[in-house]
Amino acid sequence: MSTDTLTPGPLADEKYYGLTADQIDRLGTELDALRQRVIADLGEADAAYLRKVVTTQRKMEIAGRALFYLPVIGWLPAVACLSVSKILDNMEIGHNVMHGQYDFLGDPAFNSRMFDWDTVCPGEQWKYSHNYIHHTFTNIVGKDRDVGYGILRMDPEQKWHPYYLGNPLYALLLMTFFEWGVALHDLEVENIVSGKRKLADNKPLYPGLIRKIRRQAVKDYLLFPALTGPLFPLTFAGNAVANLVRNVWAFNIIFCGHFPAGVASFSEEETANETRGQWYLRQMLGSANITGSRLMHLMSGNLSHQIEHHLFPDLPARRYPEIAGEVQEICERYGLPYNTGRLHQQLFSVFKKIMRYSLPGGQAKAAPVRGPDAVTEDSLAA
Amino acid sequence: MSALISPPAAAGPVGRLLRSRLAAALTTPHGVDRYLERFNPMWAAHEVRARVVSIHRETEGGADGTAPVATLTLQPTSTWRGHRAGQHVLVGVELPGSAKRHTRAFSISSAASAPGERFTLTIRAHDEGQVSSYLVREARPGTLLHLSQAQGEFTLVESPATPTISRLLFVTGGSGITPAMSMVRTLLRDGYDGHAGRKVTFLHFARSPEDQIFGAELAEIAAADNGVDVHLRYGDQLFSEFELRRLVPDFRDTDTWLCGPAGLVELVRDAYTAADGETSPRLRMEFFKPAVARAAATGAEVAGEVSFTRSGATTAATGVSLLEQAEELGLKPEFGCRMGICFSCTRTKTAGTVRNVLTGEESSLPDEEIRICVTAAAGDCHIDL
Repeated sequence: MSTDTLTPGPLADEKYYGLTADQIDRLGTELDALRQRVIADLGEADAAYLRKVVTTQRKMEIAGRALFYLPVIGWLPAVACLSVSKILDNMEIGHNVMHGQYDFLGDPAFNSRMFDWDTVCPGEQWKYSHNYIHHTFTNIVGKDRDVGYGILRMDPEQKWHPYYLGNPLYALLLMTFFEWGVALHDLEVENIVSGKRKLADNKPLYPGLIRKIRRQAVKDYLLFPALTGPLFPLTFAGNAVANLVRNVWAFNIIFCGHFPAGVASFSEEETANETRGQWYLRQMLGSANITGSRLMHLMSGNLSHQIEHHLFPDLPARRYPEIAGEVQEICERYGLPYNTGRLHQQLFSVFKKIMRYSLPGGQAKAAPVRGPDAVTEDSLAA
Repeated sequence: MSALISPPAAAGPVGRLLRSRLAAALTTPHGVDRYLERFNPMWAAHEVRARVVSIHRETEGGADGTAPVATLTLQPTSTWRGHRAGQHVLVGVELPGSAKRHTRAFSISSAASAPGERFTLTIRAHDEGQVSSYLVREARPGTLLHLSQAQGEFTLVESPATPTISRLLFVTGGSGITPAMSMVRTLLRDGYDGHAGRKVTFLHFARSPEDQIFGAELAEIAAADNGVDVHLRYGDQLFSEFELRRLVPDFRDTDTWLCGPAGLVELVRDAYTAADGETSPRLRMEFFKPAVARAAATGAEVAGEVSFTRSGATTAATGVSLLEQAEELGLKPEFGCRMGICFSCTRTKTAGTVRNVLTGEESSLPDEEIRICVTAAAGDCHIDL
């Protein structure tokens, strides 16, 4: 590929994150090739893995529901099993299946258009705001509604308002009621307040949302508690705690994806007429990983590999760990940061951001870009 | 446990419980079947699956380049609602070595079945058909298949319970014999004997006697005193209106079921079409999926026609994405990222060859889900849009 295939944008002359337009183009070609290699290798191993995770999740769910019949001693194990079930269902299974990662199986049970997850958010609505808006316009302030989720101030480019003094409180509330936050996210309340969206625009969303909320509430807070008879209050509380555990865990994993220090944000101007290479670059610079054990990757739905996920959102997530080394190597070669750290480090970094941006001002601290000085034209072409 | 929810029992109170609103509410959002299948794939509340019970080779094929044919007897789950003679069923299989489930339609060859009852499929192993080839050559007793309910309106309306003096005519070619066989078997099983003045004429065209399926059974039917006439034609003996008129003089006013390859269907339809261009309403037809022209070689100039079957719009393939081609025609399909990551624009390609514009990979599988923003036509293709 040559430079003349690039649309002249802000990159035409100057370097962007230390790279020339030509180099960004090559970066895109390398990542496309990596993607293609994984796609060519997809098959039975991926299907077997998904089915195994689903089997584990179903077992955990059934065990959790059943253990509530054991008064007192069964309660804690029941909550633990149900929490694990909900986390697996939402993350390694739900999030990934609804990304279309397993559409290639041709199995209606794992088809992104048919699957729904065990949360109050209707999958149908989530897919629009997540797969399309968030994954296409990742970290473009003003376009990606996942920058602060319309509630928090997580970027200096978001204009400060006294409302944001409540940043830590809002974050705490969002963590506690995360599934509800995700469900209501699609109503774009912040855009209605600012006048960008009309209340009437939400009308088509209400029936699906209300139906899903009703079904989830009836299941967790009425039927299963009622089936345990006199233990109703204990089962009710247990189900609530399992939902809470999942909320807290999912919130923490997801906030580590784009909010740790060093993650870059972008303006609408600089991303106009973006090439495929620039899109890849933005995904790399706009995401952060979490290091940890295999269990931790499983329980995070492999969103611990947020960088790889954002580069290749439709590849089965179990592939992210195996290509992470290569992605990191590409980053190094192009002099780009590869933002990763232990869970507690990333969380602390996010926490600092939540505190800092509750106050006016603040400065974006994108990770330093070294530039691909160590890279010769020959090694790039290789 | 397995005795409790074995297939026959599931049609009774257990089945009703599994299909109840309570069961649905307890298993939301995944549904009862997603849990039942963990215990036994033959337990189901809504979905239909089947195990292969036995496989019977009808023809060996090979001698004159023809493919072998086999009849598979299937035990469906209790959720199978039965079928009317002439109907077909969608069969999904996970082919070994590929995790992908492939789904194809096959005609049912056995007599009309009651809910949960066994039935048979008679399948020719087409060289280009991965599914038919797998079912004929590799399926074994115990192989699990994913099914739809029986579907299709090419069915027998006649039964011994509906007294009529109408004559019935079946004209079939090649594998098109399968639904007609199901109809004749149903008639004979249910007591049809031709003595009420009703006559059945069965006219079939096959490549050769070796390639004739159901040969022995057809000979038996022909020999028995049942009012069924069987006429078999081989090789160069093409259909002629003259011959049909000799067999059934008033064929245009006779209830006729026609199933076979496009060439035969065309000839017979012409025979049933009067001078004023009106085709007799007595003629019922079932087509094999129309063949769609093969794509040009990779990299070669794209030539072909894109049909958006739902809207009826067609346009010449230009090599740009199908989303853009649809938009040029004024259609407004749903879309999102326009770069192949969000799956908002996924549509079904019912037939034809398409090329992924990101990878250059081509695919000719029927009924395939494609993201139209990153897929271009690579020849004639039909898109459900």
